[in-house]
Amino acid sequence: MTAIFKRELSSYFKGFTGYVYIAFVLFFIGTYSATLNVRGTYPSFEYAIGNMSFIYIIVIPILTMRVFADEKRQKTDQLLYALPVSMGQVVVGKMLAVAVVMVVPAIVSCIYPPILGKFGSVNYASAYGSIIAFFFMGVALASIGVFLSTLTDSQAMSAGMCFLVLLVNYFQTTLVGFLPTSALASFLAITVVILILAVIVWYMTKNLLAAAIFAVVIGGANFIYYSVRPVKYGGLFPDIIGKLSMFSRFDTFIESAFDLTAILYYLTVTALFMFFTVQSLEKRRWS
Amino acid sequence: MIEVRHLVKKYGNHTAVSDLSFDIDGGQVYGFLGPNGAGKSTTMNIITGCLAATSGEVRIGGYDIFEQPEKAKKLVGYLPEHPPLYLDMTAEEYLKFVAEAKGVKRSDMKRQIEYVIEVTRLQEMYKRQTKFLSKGYRQRVGVAQALLGEPELIILDEPTVGLDPRQIIEIRDLIKQLGKTHTVVLSSHILSEIRSVCTSAIIIAKGKMIANDTLENLENIYSGDSYVTLRVKASEIEIRRALAPMDAVMGVECTQLQDGVTEAKIDIDSDFRDKVPEQLFYAFASIDRPILHLAEEHATLEDVFLELTSQADISEESADDTEAKDGETV
Repeated sequence: MTAIFKRELSSYFKGFTGYVYIAFVLFFIGTYSATLNVRGTYPSFEYAIGNMSFIYIIVIPILTMRVFADEKRQKTDQLLYALPVSMGQVVVGKMLAVAVVMVVPAIVSCIYPPILGKFGSVNYASAYGSIIAFFFMGVALASIGVFLSTLTDSQAMSAGMCFLVLLVNYFQTTLVGFLPTSALASFLAITVVILILAVIVWYMTKNLLAAAIFAVVIGGANFIYYSVRPVKYGGLFPDIIGKLSMFSRFDTFIESAFDLTAILYYLTVTALFMFFTVQSLEKRRWS
Repeated sequence: MIEVRHLVKKYGNHTAVSDLSFDIDGGQVYGFLGPNGAGKSTTMNIITGCLAATSGEVRIGGYDIFEQPEKAKKLVGYLPEHPPLYLDMTAEEYLKFVAEAKGVKRSDMKRQIEYVIEVTRLQEMYKRQTKFLSKGYRQRVGVAQALLGEPELIILDEPTVGLDPRQIIEIRDLIKQLGKTHTVVLSSHILSEIRSVCTSAIIIAKGKMIANDTLENLENIYSGDSYVTLRVKASEIEIRRALAPMDAVMGVECTQLQDGVTEAKIDIDSDFRDKVPEQLFYAFASIDRPILHLAEEHATLEDVFLELTSQADISEESADDTEAKDGETV
């Protein structure tokens, strides 16, 4: 695992990718801080961070596009499969390297709050809290990018898919405003999602019985709950979708509150997509 | 060293490997031989743990490749069809990475890397980025990578494809040298290559194994009779007369060449093969007729290969026929 980690990290700094990522993020942090904090004479650094977080939509696809897509293109993935290391170790090693690249601008940005503190009253806890959240949100988004890079051997394709997914995630809260909020609509939407999940279970396990059991048990629970408490379903689906947006979870940090559940949410997303990445790589062994 | 039992690999409806079973013993150089698309690369990918099998069992040194992959993989060094090099690294960095990933101890790493660089003769190139290396050198870095971690078994998938003749000879020499200390399995569809480096061969066609034996045995079993081609300054009648008393001769075909030279293709009983040249010499010396050329020809690996793979074709076709007939009756 350490070998994979070291190789991945060094490859970020052998090419331009690592430098471009760090420079880009720092440039935007600097620009937003200069505009909002200095020119706008507003001492909350979290405000600058919050406003520039959209930059992840552009820089994360660049950071993660090559992680597995390039292995496949160069046929070095065969080496990874043949080495006496598990796919889990490979994914952890690579994800750690991505996280190390991402932590660099986060650490550099730690000098902003004391500088701002010279000119006004800064809430340090809240400012550093937002930097921590910014980092964890980035890692969670990157884990999605890493997963998507296992699906193709083209870096452009991998970056494109990642860009689209992050874009949808960014505008998710706005988009759910257009969804109907009636209880029946929510119930139907949730049922459709359960059926889609059942199809995914069937596709991944090739076991029709498992998929059917999944659909009947979860779908049945959904139906029973809806028949007993239809009121609970009013606006439920838009609510769930809205909560799944990682960018909107960040808003609490701008409001000077440290939301531990949001951090846990980011960690859960990271772990989940790392798991998906391992599954996707293992599946390639089977095809 | 390797035990393969009832290995099956299907891609959708296509069966790439069907019910393959064989054993590979330690300390030999095995040729894995088959026409293009026979399932060589698929089988090698399964043995090295790069690919999962549909069913069947593979054991490397007693460890199941599917159940205990990490232990089994430590015994194997694998060079896939395309050497899996990271082009942004130098050969030295790459070898360090592979050694570390294979769990080579830090104290032993320098020695092992120096050893593989020496064996593969990379001394002048190991500081260069692999993207600037020629195909032959990339192949050598690939072999060097496979040797790290001191595996007992080296598996090479078509190691000489795309190399120039000089590089081919160098890689073959390297394989021969490795064969002295390791068990080597190499796949190829080039028969002269198998002939020049291997001691045993496994022949597969259409995903099925059709032979697994030493080269010598393969040639003996499948060879049938041997031939001697002879050019003598004599007439056809003189040749036939001289050959008549020899027991080993089964038949003669003569062709008249220029200047009173006749070429005779002599079919001989392979049991007496060793004695034939001497007998021929004395037979023609006694009638004062000079032999200008004498060449022994016995069934080559090419003949064995063609015979076996065409047999596989025939049995496949007849199987298709019976299926078709069954279809009709239904």
